[in-house]
Amino acid sequence: MISIRKISKRYGTGSASILAVDGVSLEVGPGEVLGFLGPNGAGKSTTMKMVTGFLTPTSGTAVVCGHDVVDDPVGVKRAIGYLPEGAPNYPDMTPAAFLDFIGQVRGFAGAEKRRRIDAVVERVHIGGVMRQPIETLSKGFKRRVGLAQAMLHEPPVLILDEPTDGLDPNQKHDVRNVIRELASRGDVNSGRAVVLSTHILEEVEAICTRAVIIAKGKVLVDGTPAQLRAMSRYHNAVTLTLVSPVTGTGEPINLAGELGSIKWVAQVEDQGVRHVPVSAAGPGGPRQTCTLVPKGGRPLLADVTSLAKSKGWAIETIAVEGGRLDDVFRELTLGDEPREAVRAGGAA
Amino acid sequence: MIGLLPVFRRELSGYFTTPVALVFIVIFLFLAGVFTFQLGRFFERGQADMVVFFTFHPWLYLFLIPAISMRLWAEERKTGTIELLLTLPVSLSAAVVGKFLAAWAFAGIALGLTFPLWITVNYLGNPDNGVILAGYLGSLLMAGAFLAIGSCISAATKSQVIAFIVSVVICLLFMLAGLKEVQAFVTGWLPQEAVKVVGSFSFLTRFEAISKGVLDVRDVLFFASIIGVFVAATGVVVNMKKAE
Repeated sequence: MISIRKISKRYGTGSASILAVDGVSLEVGPGEVLGFLGPNGAGKSTTMKMVTGFLTPTSGTAVVCGHDVVDDPVGVKRAIGYLPEGAPNYPDMTPAAFLDFIGQVRGFAGAEKRRRIDAVVERVHIGGVMRQPIETLSKGFKRRVGLAQAMLHEPPVLILDEPTDGLDPNQKHDVRNVIRELASRGDVNSGRAVVLSTHILEEVEAICTRAVIIAKGKVLVDGTPAQLRAMSRYHNAVTLTLVSPVTGTGEPINLAGELGSIKWVAQVEDQGVRHVPVSAAGPGGPRQTCTLVPKGGRPLLADVTSLAKSKGWAIETIAVEGGRLDDVFRELTLGDEPREAVRAGGAA
Repeated sequence: MIGLLPVFRRELSGYFTTPVALVFIVIFLFLAGVFTFQLGRFFERGQADMVVFFTFHPWLYLFLIPAISMRLWAEERKTGTIELLLTLPVSLSAAVVGKFLAAWAFAGIALGLTFPLWITVNYLGNPDNGVILAGYLGSLLMAGAFLAIGSCISAATKSQVIAFIVSVVICLLFMLAGLKEVQAFVTGWLPQEAVKVVGSFSFLTRFEAISKGVLDVRDVLFFASIIGVFVAATGVVVNMKKAE
């Protein structure tokens, strides 16, 4: 549905120019929710602005539902619903007037226009504020008006630039629900592709079926959120907490040393001993916590529990991590050298 | 020109959802009245025409028209709505022309609301209504020319204040190009032909002719081409500056 072909954007000319997007290629199919990740200034917004026809690519192009954005920008704009960064809208207008304008621009009139506006208003729950100027609305409502605008024509492709940025946790939750609902309704309309940019990693886990990390204008990783997490050094890491870390004779247990002897442990991160007061949750006293980082992401849980059993340790909690997305994100985007694109999953 | 009509409608109704329209129209009518009756001594002249009314229009427009045009694009760029507007299925030319026409229509509405004066003149005497019609037409054309220039400048900046000031200055240059002082100033160092060209750009000279009822095709074409050139230039500037 979206085919981005070696798209590049250079701002300025000569030696002062900046290559904001450097030959990005991507395919997004129906039913996919693609999370576009990257640090600020990575080129996420610029890429989106080119795909939506706002900016002209320096080279390359994007094809959306069969329309080439360089040759037929208006065709692309018809197929896309777009929420620009910060969800700009006309502050003096009411949502009713604003959506009416969008309806007219999208070529709807009369009963059809009313039906579409009613449907979208119900979907994003802005019925109560339709007659208030947009500038008087809260950020969450403004964002919903922006989403309503993007969805009014039931587009096969939705592009959302930082849809939850600057919202409070409740509003974020609401907006995510709306996006998730939109994507799942997609299969009714023979598949909708959603692309959203964010730098909030939990968001990717919460709503995306696919994640692409870009930095310095290049695609670094392309995979599912689970594949991405599997690239973390904490993938399959085990964290355990012992109650009263002393042996029967009162000697302190060399916990880090003992755990380090397990075969596939790459590193033991000792988080030390802390003292817990007596509470309803359990007896007070010292607790020791260690995190075991595995070699090559191998599962460690079985080995750890059998070791604990043989030594007679009293385990309070034990947990296996799926991997830390922010870790992967930092590791990939902080590197100074541009890397070759990695297909997550293929390498791991 | 896909999407011209909705853009035009939104823009025009935008003037009336805010106090902009009310304030502008009230001040326009008030100043038009002051110029006509106080400075122009409308009644004392004892003539059934609207010459004094039109004489002051260029000066009235010099400050009031940039006040309309300053927000046309500067505001869109400042608030980021330009990105929304230009990613809707609207061609750039439709957006530029739609907005310009809305501003022009608004100026036309303000001008049209001076109709009581026309009624007064007809009540008091037997004016040549053809001349008056030519005056209104000329005034509207000149307003369009000012608006087109202002629209282009508004596209070049995010600041409405800068847009206003620069528009006033450039409109002033266009107005005064035909005055003796300006002509004398350029005669010293420009060839004779160029001096003529500068003089031919004078809004004052051309408008004076029209408002006296001399509806010369060349004057109409002049204003129409100023409008065309600056509206087209607006499109170029918007396209260049939209990313900033």
